[in-house]
Amino acid sequence: MIEASALTKRYGRFTAVNAVTFEVRVGQVLGFLGPNGAGKSTTMKMIAGFLSPTAGRAKVCGFDVETHPIEAKKALGYLPEGAPSYGEMTVRSFLEFIAGIRGLTAESKRRRLDDVIGRLRLEGVLEQTIDTLSKGFKRRVGLAQAILHDPPVLILDEPTDGLDPNQKHEVRRLINDMAENKVIVISTHILEEVHAVCNRVVVIAGGTLLADATPGELEARSRYHMAVSLTTDETAKARETLTAIPEVETVEIDPQNQRITAFPRKGQQILMAVGDALRAQGIAVRELQLETGRLDEVFRNITQSHLREAHA
Amino acid sequence: MKPILTLFQRELRSYFATPVAYVFIVIFLLLSGAFTFYLGRFYERGQADLEPFFQFHPWLYLFLVPAVAMRLWADERKSGTIELLLTLPVTMGQAVLAKFLAAWSFVALALALTFPIWITVNYLGDPDNGVIVTGYLGSLLMAGAYLAIGACLSAATRSQVVAFILSVVVCFLFLLAGFPLVLDLFRAIAPQSLVDAIAGLSFLSHFNGISRGVIDLRDLIYFLLTIGFWLYANAVVIDLKKAD
Ligand SMILES: Nc1ncnc2c1ncn2[C@@H]1O[C@H](COP(=O)(O)OP(=O)(O)OP(=O)(O)O)[C@@H](O)[C@H]1O
Ligand SMILES: [Mg+2]
Repeated sequence: MIEASALTKRYGRFTAVNAVTFEVRVGQVLGFLGPNGAGKSTTMKMIAGFLSPTAGRAKVCGFDVETHPIEAKKALGYLPEGAPSYGEMTVRSFLEFIAGIRGLTAESKRRRLDDVIGRLRLEGVLEQTIDTLSKGFKRRVGLAQAILHDPPVLILDEPTDGLDPNQKHEVRRLINDMAENKVIVISTHILEEVHAVCNRVVVIAGGTLLADATPGELEARSRYHMAVSLTTDETAKARETLTAIPEVETVEIDPQNQRITAFPRKGQQILMAVGDALRAQGIAVRELQLETGRLDEVFRNITQSHLREAHA
Repeated sequence: MKPILTLFQRELRSYFATPVAYVFIVIFLLLSGAFTFYLGRFYERGQADLEPFFQFHPWLYLFLVPAVAMRLWADERKSGTIELLLTLPVTMGQAVLAKFLAAWSFVALALALTFPIWITVNYLGDPDNGVIVTGYLGSLLMAGAYLAIGACLSAATRSQVVAFILSVVVCFLFLLAGFPLVLDLFRAIAPQSLVDAIAGLSFLSHFNGISRGVIDLRDLIYFLLTIGFWLYANAVVIDLKKAD
């Protein structure tokens, strides 16, 4: 379990993280979202015990990171931003070094090494020095290092950055596999990832926590939530028909692909009405979809309105 | 204790992962040989001891030891591995000590490889081997003090070059402090007690005694305290500077 209470980090007069408070429990995979420079990495560094907070505190598995650093660090697997590792070492010797520092016994060391090497597909590069690895492999070595001692708490700063689509998929599956009995915090700029692995999202911008919700709740804040989108050859006629439906607030057409989206009035269900109206007019629809909401739009709204407030 | 050993091993191995270590050892051996035989007039003196050998060590170390120490922390900060290292379950003290001990062992190895000169002097004459052992001990302690300074200053910057230059300057000051020329200068403007204090801080005054075979407990304590002080400073500097 991770508890961050009023975590604050100042650099001189600049506040990188401002009184951020949250708690993550076993079984939760928390996605940390925010624009560049929001303070995600800084928050993670404080929880991992690398930076001392200017104010507030962080606990990992009940251990205060400042007063019981060793216990907290033992319970933690941490992938720092950019996945730094000792470039002159081979992958194998690096992982063995980590196993040694983590105090794994010979038996569990062998088992854990086999496990993470298999999961992250590192078999082919074990004897290669880390300096000569491609970016994606370096990241995988960083991940392997973080999960090697099978820690109850994982903090991963942009774990899928630089991975190819297959590996992204693999790493997400890895996180999902581990999710059940661990506490996991990941930061990411890839919003699909939130759907794929997170069951909770925290949005921060300018060092301030702006939202703490499930991905579903965030999507529900989207303008697109419960909207209906469709494509048809008779765009103009369809637009007229949809505009005439009383529950529909507005109709928009994507200029790029002529996709029509009908937005409901607040709290209204329009899927049935749209279907009925189109059928009544005899409009042939190529595809039709009920939107759940768009995270990128919600993300923009949350973070930009914060910026506007900050400027005002 | 275990984490120190693991860190120590990793660190020491990393020296030999690149050719730098071998280059260093070769340069060290060449220079110490050159100093001893040409500047120290080892043969011409006609005495069976290693004084000409040890006498140049303070100068040899002035450039070579900062070269070993410069990468200790600057490199970790540059590559970001310091974040990895300090989020592993090791204390700052363990990390500082392990790195220092690894660097010290490396210098000790280089020093040990000068053994042919010991054999030579035993072959040519009948030296007091006790004095020679003491000389090696003193030299090693002095190298440790240089290293501790270098390690601390290497934590203050990301740039190895800056770390190197800073360490050479600071080490040079510690050397100079014992030079008659400098002491005379101070004697002219400062009270004797201050002059003594400055002389007391110098590597040179403490090393000269040991290298002549005189083991004075105060000299040993001086070097150990110097090492301790700079390693403590090292930990403080890391704490202050790790964020940027
Ligand atoms: N040592 C430092 N001194 C001054 N400012 C710093 C320092 N380290 C970080 N910052 C600032 O703190 C802010 C937060 O940085 P942080 O790395 O946490 O952002 P982030 O959310 O991880 O961004 P990204 O998505 O780009 O990784 C940034 O504005 C950054 O410039
Ligand atoms: Mg970041």
